[in-house]
Amino acid sequence: MQPLISVNNLSVTYRRADASQHHAVHNVNFEIGEGEVLGLMGESGCGKTSIALALLGLLSPEQAHVSGSIEFRGEELLSKDRRALRAIRGAGISLVFQEPQLALSPVMKIRDQVAEVIRAHNDRKWDCCRADAELALARVGFADVRRISSAYPHQLSGGQLQRVVLAQALACNPALLIADEPAASLDARSQSEILALLRELQRELRISILLISHTPEVQASLADRLMVMEHGRIVEQGSFEQLYRNPVHACTRAMLRTTAPARVAEEMDFETVT
Amino acid sequence: MNSGPQSNCNPCGPLLRVSGLGKEYVLRRPFSRKKVAVSAFQDVSLAIFPGKTLAVVGESGAGKSSLARCIALLERPTTGGIELAGQNLLTLSEKELSRARRKVQMIFQDSASALNPRLTANEIIAEPLLIQGEGTKSQRRERALQLMEQVGLNRASERKRPLEFSGGQRQRIAIARALALGPQLLILDEALSNLDAANQELILKLLAELQAAQALSFLHISHDLRAVSEFADEVAVMYQGRIVEWRSARDLFASPEHSYTRELLASARSVDSILLERSA
Amino acid sequence: MRYLTRRLVHSTLLLFAVSIFAFGILQLAPGDFFTPISLNPQISAHTVAALRSQYGLDQSFPIRYEHWLQSVFRGDFGISFAYGTPVAPLLAVRARNTLLLTGTSLLVAWLLAIPFGIWSAAHRGKWADRAGGILTSSLLTVPDLVLFLALLLMAVRTGWFPTGGMTSAGFDDLAIGGKLDDLALHLVLPCLGLVLTTLPPLVRHVRSAMIEVLEAPFVRAARAHGISERRVLLRYALPVAANPLITLFGYSLAAMLSASLLVEMVLSWPGVGPLLVEAILAKDVYVVVGAVMLSSVFLVAGNLVADAVLFATDPRIRMD
Repeated sequence: MQPLISVNNLSVTYRRADASQHHAVHNVNFEIGEGEVLGLMGESGCGKTSIALALLGLLSPEQAHVSGSIEFRGEELLSKDRRALRAIRGAGISLVFQEPQLALSPVMKIRDQVAEVIRAHNDRKWDCCRADAELALARVGFADVRRISSAYPHQLSGGQLQRVVLAQALACNPALLIADEPAASLDARSQSEILALLRELQRELRISILLISHTPEVQASLADRLMVMEHGRIVEQGSFEQLYRNPVHACTRAMLRTTAPARVAEEMDFETVT
Repeated sequence: MNSGPQSNCNPCGPLLRVSGLGKEYVLRRPFSRKKVAVSAFQDVSLAIFPGKTLAVVGESGAGKSSLARCIALLERPTTGGIELAGQNLLTLSEKELSRARRKVQMIFQDSASALNPRLTANEIIAEPLLIQGEGTKSQRRERALQLMEQVGLNRASERKRPLEFSGGQRQRIAIARALALGPQLLILDEALSNLDAANQELILKLLAELQAAQALSFLHISHDLRAVSEFADEVAVMYQGRIVEWRSARDLFASPEHSYTRELLASARSVDSILLERSA
Repeated sequence: MRYLTRRLVHSTLLLFAVSIFAFGILQLAPGDFFTPISLNPQISAHTVAALRSQYGLDQSFPIRYEHWLQSVFRGDFGISFAYGTPVAPLLAVRARNTLLLTGTSLLVAWLLAIPFGIWSAAHRGKWADRAGGILTSSLLTVPDLVLFLALLLMAVRTGWFPTGGMTSAGFDDLAIGGKLDDLALHLVLPCLGLVLTTLPPLVRHVRSAMIEVLEAPFVRAARAHGISERRVLLRYALPVAANPLITLFGYSLAAMLSASLLVEMVLSWPGVGPLLVEAILAKDVYVVVGAVMLSSVFLVAGNLVADAVLFATDPRIRMD
């Protein structure tokens, strides 16, 4: 079966202000099948964000030089024009942002912000878009949709905002979801809630996810396969269990903390608690 | 109210004692008469002993950070008292306060915005010495270089500016700066939250080394239980602005009492337990 | 409400201070209204002294100020020595004219600045933006006086526009439509002058406010969701950029008022400007103080309005 997205020899090179070049991504190859979750791990600056930006077509020619091939649903993304890319962004491939407080407009109501995404990809009346927005918000588990809809971002908590941003990303039923550190700014409880939500939605909607996260526990909850990056290259790729049990590369071991002291593993074994 | 873990009675008395501390913010709507009092935290009583680490965990929200800011004397609490080595910090004069500040230093979550982007690493680390009027220029520079080595930074990068360093390295600069005046208590306000896993480990290792070498105390504020568990001697759990549980780390993780603590622990599962659940 | 009353009290105190200041400044210049007359050998010193005493100019500063305050509460705002009438009705007519000119110019300037600024910000760095930048810089470097004189010159040479004044002779005989036309024709040049002098900084401010917002994460997020650039500009960037611009509106009113003084003089627009200058030169004290107070009132009102608009439009300020 043809994979949903197939990336071959992708390279991203940034032009710096002093005319030198920065190779953020170097000859990266990977595939994501339908309904599959691929995790992406690596230290800050290893090129994870650049890959996400390249997949979404958010890198303008002035900013960076992107080469290689990105095949999405059988079509080559790097040869598409801006309008075609804009149609795919948010509807075919969607991004869930890392810091939801910053990703939302401070002066627009929540419902309107979700509705805007729907309106951008559907030729419907504003009222219909707003109704759909409320459905999208209900889908991410908000009990009191009315109140959340007419609230402003500064009135909601971090966990709630993360769910709003997720609702925005899922509003147009994308095939591929890129989740950029979806639990990073949240406390432990909200983290596990959001991960459970993602798991449930992924199963229900059969969407593929590219999960970018430096936290092993997050990857363990969701990822089927995992790739580890260092300095713009993929150093190891395979099923999550395999990389966790038998890491080959030093970077993999560092990222998955498999050399964690025994003391931690002991205290974290809570199967016996209540 | 909790009086703390019984197992930790240091005969020398605590380095820092906080009693019944509370902070309220009064907000007023412009163009209106209504005043709203928002309580960040109330009735907090804690003690930190020399050379020990107290972790304060809880949900993301203003409570823990407000508490840290009050203890660091960046804000004045509305009620309660703070004692450092037996000295009541809230009744000090400006001059005495300035001397007391040397003993308590704070490290913030976002290293990029906590460091002056226009100064070099050396200047940043030497700044507290400059402010307190210590030593000549070359003495300060040398001390800053020593501190850089202590935190694991290369002496040769002293002239670089903060944005030329990685996140982990910036936090090291922040730690070096905090150590410049020889403090007794270091407050880490979500200092590891912006770092990736590998860097978190490294910084925690550094902090443990510093603690052992200099008998430093740490107040570690974090929403990440995992990071905290490796490092803390005692853990206090904050929920809705109050401390609901305060025990030794070992006891807390082994047999949590409060329901919120149990919730927190349940959500901080290990990779192994997660994988086990998934394959079931 | 309490906030508003506090602002009003504050503003009133400010106005008092301004009036004392204006009074005091005038005291510093030597002589008074009757000094030129006293230099005339044909008029006896006795007459001059009697005139001075009649108008209360021989009294001390505090007493004169007190009398003036009483006059304010009566609604007269003192007496104009030159015109021999109470100051208030004199100023009222002129104030109306200045408001007409300044109000129109302010509106036109902002209506031009906003689209220009947005467009420049959206095309930042490209040749269109650079050309716009050169244009605004050039306008900034031209002194106001030169600009207004140039407009006057154009009027004289081409005859397309009247060379001054607010109305033509025979204005009162025109029908209402004709009256409006005549007024509009006279308004064009002074309005154009004011707009050209105050436009450059406004455009720059709109442009930089927009550029700053366009780099914010939430704007990038909106683009990442596939929202069109036009919608991003108008629905996401502009409302947030509006915040500093609304505050700027209050200040632009102040700038406009100062510039209007010059344009009224050059193009003979019968506003507060020429009256004020006349009165200063003649040391017609109460007219000067009255005019200064008027400008201050406009300024304070402008800022209060800006604050109220800000409160109404920014949900973050309305503390919940």
